[in-house]
Amino acid sequence: MSQAAATSAVSTDPSRRARLAEFWYYFSENRGAVIGLVFFIFLVLLAIFAPLIAPHDPTQQYRDAVLVPPVWQEGGRADFLLGTDAVGRDMLSRLVYGTQFSLFVGVIVTALSLVVGVVFGVIAGYFRGWVDTAIMRVMDIILAFPSLLLALVLVAILGPGLVNAMIAISLVYQPHFVRLARAAVMSEKTRDYVVAAKVAGAGHTRLMFKTILPNCMAPLIVQATLSFSSAILDAAALGFLGMGAQPPTPEWGTMLAEAREFIQSKWWVVTLPGVAILITVLAINLMGDGLRDALDPKLKRS
Amino acid sequence: MALLEIENLVVEFETASGPFRAVNGVSMKVHEGEVLAIVGESGSGKSVSMLAAMGLLPWTAKVTADKLTFNGRDLLGMPANERRKIIGKDIAMIFQEPVASLNPCFTVGFQIEEVLRVHMGLDKAARRKRAIELFQAVGIPDPAERLNSYPHQMSGGQCQRVMIAIAIACNPKLLIADEPTTALDVTIQKQILDLLMKLQADHGMGLIMITHNMGVVAETADRVVVQYKGRKMEEADVLTLFANPKSNYTRALLAALPDNATGDRLPTISELFVDDQVEGAAR
Amino acid sequence: MSVILEARNIVRDYHVPGSFLKKAKTVHAVKGVSFQVEKGKTLAIVGESGCGKSTLGRILTLIDPATSGELLIEGKTVDIAKGDLTPEMRRKVQIVFQNPYGSLNPRQKIGDILTEPLVINTKTPADERRDRAMTLLKKVGLEEKHYNRYPHMFSGGQRQRIAIARALMLNPKLLVLDEPVSALDLSVQAQVLNLLADLQDEFQLTYVFISHDLSVVRYIADEVMVMYFGEAVEYGSRDEVFADPKHSYTKTLFAATPRADVESIRARLARKKAA
Repeated sequence: MSQAAATSAVSTDPSRRARLAEFWYYFSENRGAVIGLVFFIFLVLLAIFAPLIAPHDPTQQYRDAVLVPPVWQEGGRADFLLGTDAVGRDMLSRLVYGTQFSLFVGVIVTALSLVVGVVFGVIAGYFRGWVDTAIMRVMDIILAFPSLLLALVLVAILGPGLVNAMIAISLVYQPHFVRLARAAVMSEKTRDYVVAAKVAGAGHTRLMFKTILPNCMAPLIVQATLSFSSAILDAAALGFLGMGAQPPTPEWGTMLAEAREFIQSKWWVVTLPGVAILITVLAINLMGDGLRDALDPKLKRS
Repeated sequence: MALLEIENLVVEFETASGPFRAVNGVSMKVHEGEVLAIVGESGSGKSVSMLAAMGLLPWTAKVTADKLTFNGRDLLGMPANERRKIIGKDIAMIFQEPVASLNPCFTVGFQIEEVLRVHMGLDKAARRKRAIELFQAVGIPDPAERLNSYPHQMSGGQCQRVMIAIAIACNPKLLIADEPTTALDVTIQKQILDLLMKLQADHGMGLIMITHNMGVVAETADRVVVQYKGRKMEEADVLTLFANPKSNYTRALLAALPDNATGDRLPTISELFVDDQVEGAAR
Repeated sequence: MSVILEARNIVRDYHVPGSFLKKAKTVHAVKGVSFQVEKGKTLAIVGESGCGKSTLGRILTLIDPATSGELLIEGKTVDIAKGDLTPEMRRKVQIVFQNPYGSLNPRQKIGDILTEPLVINTKTPADERRDRAMTLLKKVGLEEKHYNRYPHMFSGGQRQRIAIARALMLNPKLLVLDEPVSALDLSVQAQVLNLLADLQDEFQLTYVFISHDLSVVRYIADEVMVMYFGEAVEYGSRDEVFADPKHSYTKTLFAATPRADVESIRARLARKKAA
């Protein structure tokens, strides 16, 4: 019946709209996912409009206001809503600017590992044979190391810094994409429409990236959202270990590391960046779950 | 008294694009020792109506009926655990994909003995003995040996025989066969149909044959229900249906068989049958 | 009459590599099959699952190479294992698959599906491609408005029509139809068979019709070849094969096909009453 309804619609591109409507139907059934999405949009806006929202410059040190507690606590000051850190920088401004770095890390790491991983995965799954063996063994070797340790080693070689940390993390994440893409390509490759394209005369490149790849995107998108949050987490961990973003960059993990010594006395310096990381990662993970519900045909109910 | 009695069965599914009525007011009766065929094309609701009667539909389905009884007992109002006692014991079902209907992790012997344990409460030795008997009854060579096989070690036809053995293990009063031969080759189809007819006659079971194949209907049924888009179009005994169909839809269906082709072109259903009233009601 | 397709002693072996528990073995899927098809005629290849008919179909469509044997299309030998498959050769043979739900790329619009063969093989300008796709879309009984839709919006029968239109885009001489109506409902099956017959008349197409359904074969074929475990056990004109099957397997196959006529039903009911 949905078929008849869809076929009788006269809009210009009814299919895309219908697909979007169906996507939203499944996505919105998962309330956590919607909350995650709303929070994620909030974060994106925060990152874009950080210079307008933040009350102070994130690196400006107010020597008269060192370790001021949040405004609702005794001794809090109205200029510094969430207090200041050990050298008198405004916590709120630093957290707001921190979203820029976190989202930047997430986007770059995910994009880098997705693109490279997909290319290798599609090639491995399409050609099989020794190409497949070679690519997959390298991926197995990468997977054999604990991910954070490998990232640490790579950063140690490349030198500490946010960009190098991102390169290291995307290299660590790549095998997941390679494996997913390879498995998806292998199952799609034998489908009749691929053979039909072959009979029509399509070459290898066209078959791989134009015919097969678009049909393998759903699991990759889900994996991409999930590694988005892990990337933020790992970047924060590297920052905490002094191997990621360097001070005075207002990156959440680096902020945590700088505040280590105040862990018992001045709670806000430690807790607030931690909470920021926590809810960001949580929101993105919730969103990823919703995406999986909506995109993975295996989980779809008729 | 009728074995299975269905009156005005309606099944609705909740979907992304609103409720969808898969079965729309179907009524039928099956008597003891009778072979009823339900024929229809895809989307006619033939499988869904039987799954609804068995209570095997997912929770998104809403099932209502004026009457849905088995052996005089109301199936709809019955608590789930009592219904489960009837289903699998007094009503058994076999499906289209024999290989997929068997659990690939266990031997076929284990799977048939489990049914015997749950429903009949037999001890280990008696179960083994009965399982061998059943395998003999469905024509599996070397039954004692084959009990230790896994489903993937058997062919599609053999797996369907195992499914039938499991289905008749508890001497059901009613067997529902949902496209039992569609996935099989014609020579195997013939063997399975012959087996089903023999078992039906020997045990005096009621048999519901769900199929889209008019040839299968002609070879097995006593009485036929023709369904189209969730509605019953016609009900007649098999000879009347083929010799003298009442509904336009049945007539069109028979004319579209390549066997009956007279000229160069096959008459198509849309030429012979306009489904205005059905279309309007289903929307 | 000119011979479009000739197969001489086609053999196809599959090598199943061994593991440490199993020995490597060779499966003979097609064991030396020969036949000829004339222009505008239909050869039906009949058999049950595993008899090698689909493997043979893939060899004829130049998807997989034959292990040995010769394949001649319009009198010219083609051997894709040697890599002498020219685009001109490719265009001569096209295929329609059994499952209309798997044979159309779900991410492509109908228009793109239809024009893709032209984009790959020819330098036809975009508006000509579009015109040709529209013409064929109408020819197979669909409408222009379907051009911008996606496959999932069509029923099985409509999808099979689209698959047929795609196969015809390159003006092929030979169409391999691999169980084209097996997945379709009876009413739709009749429509698609009629369409195939019309197209054959109009474009002088040659068909290789692979099927397991004898009633369909009897309706559409000029010549019939029955395959059993990779061998052609029976090969002849339709009337010959159906009137007087020689091989015991062909006879078994005929006997197993259910009959839907009133006399058979009457006979069956009489037998049942007697029992």
